[in-house]
Amino acid sequence: MSDTGRMRTATSIFRPLLAGLALALLAGCASTAKTPADPYEGFNRKMFAVNEGLDAVVAKPLAKGYDAVTPLPVKAGVGNFFGNLGDAWIGGNNLLQGKLADGASDFGRLLMNSTMGLFGLFDVASEFGIEKHDEDFGQTLGRWGVGEGGYVFLPILGPRTLRDAGGWVVDSSVDPVRRYDDVPVRNSALGLRFVDIRASLLPADRVIEEAAFDKYSYIRDAYLQRRRSQVADGRISRQDD
Amino acid sequence: MKVIFRLVMVLVLCVGFRVQAQEMTPDALVKNVTDEVLQLIKQDKDIQSGSSRKLAELVDAKVLPHFNFARMAQLAVGKEWQKATPQQKQLVTAEFKTLLVRTYSTALADYKNQRINYKPTKFAPADQEVTVKTEILQPGGKPVQLYYALEKTDNGWKVFDVIVGEVSLVYNYRNDFTTEIRNSGFDGLITSLTAKNKSQDSKGSDRK
Repeated sequence: MSDTGRMRTATSIFRPLLAGLALALLAGCASTAKTPADPYEGFNRKMFAVNEGLDAVVAKPLAKGYDAVTPLPVKAGVGNFFGNLGDAWIGGNNLLQGKLADGASDFGRLLMNSTMGLFGLFDVASEFGIEKHDEDFGQTLGRWGVGEGGYVFLPILGPRTLRDAGGWVVDSSVDPVRRYDDVPVRNSALGLRFVDIRASLLPADRVIEEAAFDKYSYIRDAYLQRRRSQVADGRISRQDD
Repeated sequence: MKVIFRLVMVLVLCVGFRVQAQEMTPDALVKNVTDEVLQLIKQDKDIQSGSSRKLAELVDAKVLPHFNFARMAQLAVGKEWQKATPQQKQLVTAEFKTLLVRTYSTALADYKNQRINYKPTKFAPADQEVTVKTEILQPGGKPVQLYYALEKTDNGWKVFDVIVGEVSLVYNYRNDFTTEIRNSGFDGLITSLTAKNKSQDSKGSDRK
C-alpha cells in the first residue's frame, strides 16, 4: 500500500470516529444517559438505522447470494484462508498480553496451516487439536488496563467501544490483506472477506430477530458482554441478584 | 400408532428422567441431551424440511424438562424481581420461557454441518452450580462457544443460563427489562413480552 493510500485510509477511519466523538460529547452534555455504558445513544441509534438500511440493500443480499451459490468446501476454504492470515496477529496479541504459550501455539498453527494446510485453505491445526484463539488489539488494551470508554455504533464497522475502535485502527494497520500491494487483488480479497464474515452471521440474524425486543440494545448489550468476557478470557463471575 | 408412540415416549422419558436425576453429572447430562436431540433432528425429515412445529415438540419433550425457567426469569429481571407479586412472577416466567424456547429452536433449526466438542468440566461433588462448556465447530467458521450454567436441585441438574459466544442469553435482557419495569411496572413488562411472543407467532405462520 502506498503512503498516501494509507493516509487516506487512516483519515477515512478517523473522520467518522471524530465526528462521532464530537456529536457524542454534545449529546452527553445535553441529556442524562439511560444506560451508563451508552452515553451517545441518540447518535448511535441514528447510525444503527443507517447501517440497518445499508445492510438490507447491500451486505445481506450479497451474503445470502454467496451463501447460496458457494459449495461448502469452498466456503470452508475461504474462511480458513482468512482465518490463517489472522492467526499471526492473534499470536502477536497473545504475546503482547504475556500469554506466551497461547502465542506460541498461534504461530504453530500459522506454520502448520500455511504448509500442510496448503496456504491456509485447510485448518489442519484444529484437526490436531491446536485450538484457534480470538484476540485483537482492543483486548490487548483492555488487558493492559485501558478502560472501554463509551459505546459507539458506526455504519459498516458496527458496534465498538471507544477503546475497541482504537484497537481496530491498529488491527487494520497490520492486517496482511489491507497491506497487500496489488490494489485489485487487495480490494477483491477485502470484499470476499467482508462477504464471508457477513454470511457467517446470517444464522445469528434469525436468532436476534426472535430474541430481541429492541434490536439496537440487544446487540449493544451482547457486544459489551462479549468484549468484557473476552478481555477477562472468560473469567467473569455472574451477577445474580 | 401415534398414541402408542407417545405413551412409549412418556415412559422412556419418566424412566430416563429418574435415572438422570439421581446419577448423572451435569456434563454427562448436557452431552446426553445434546447428542440425542441432534440425532433426532438429523433423522427427522419434517424438521429437515423446516417444520418448526415438529422441532418445537422435540424441544418441548427433550430439552425443557432440564431447564429452570423461574430462575432464568429472575436472572433476567435482576434486583426488581423481589418487588413482583407471585402471580406477576409466574406470568413473566411463562412468557419469558416462550421467548427463550423459540430463540433456542431457531438456533437449532440451523444445525447442519456442525460438530459439537465437549470440553472437560471441572467441578467438586459439593458444587451447587456448574458451567458445562461445549464448542460448536463449523467448517471454515470460527468455533462458537456454547456454555450451559446448571444448578443442583432435588430433581437433578437444571440449566438456568445459556451462554453463546460469551454472551448470556438470559442476562442480555437485564437492561431492557429494568427499563421496562421502571417505565411501566411488571404489568408493562408482561404486556410487552406477550406482544413480542404474539408478533413472532404471526410471523411464523406467514412463513408457511
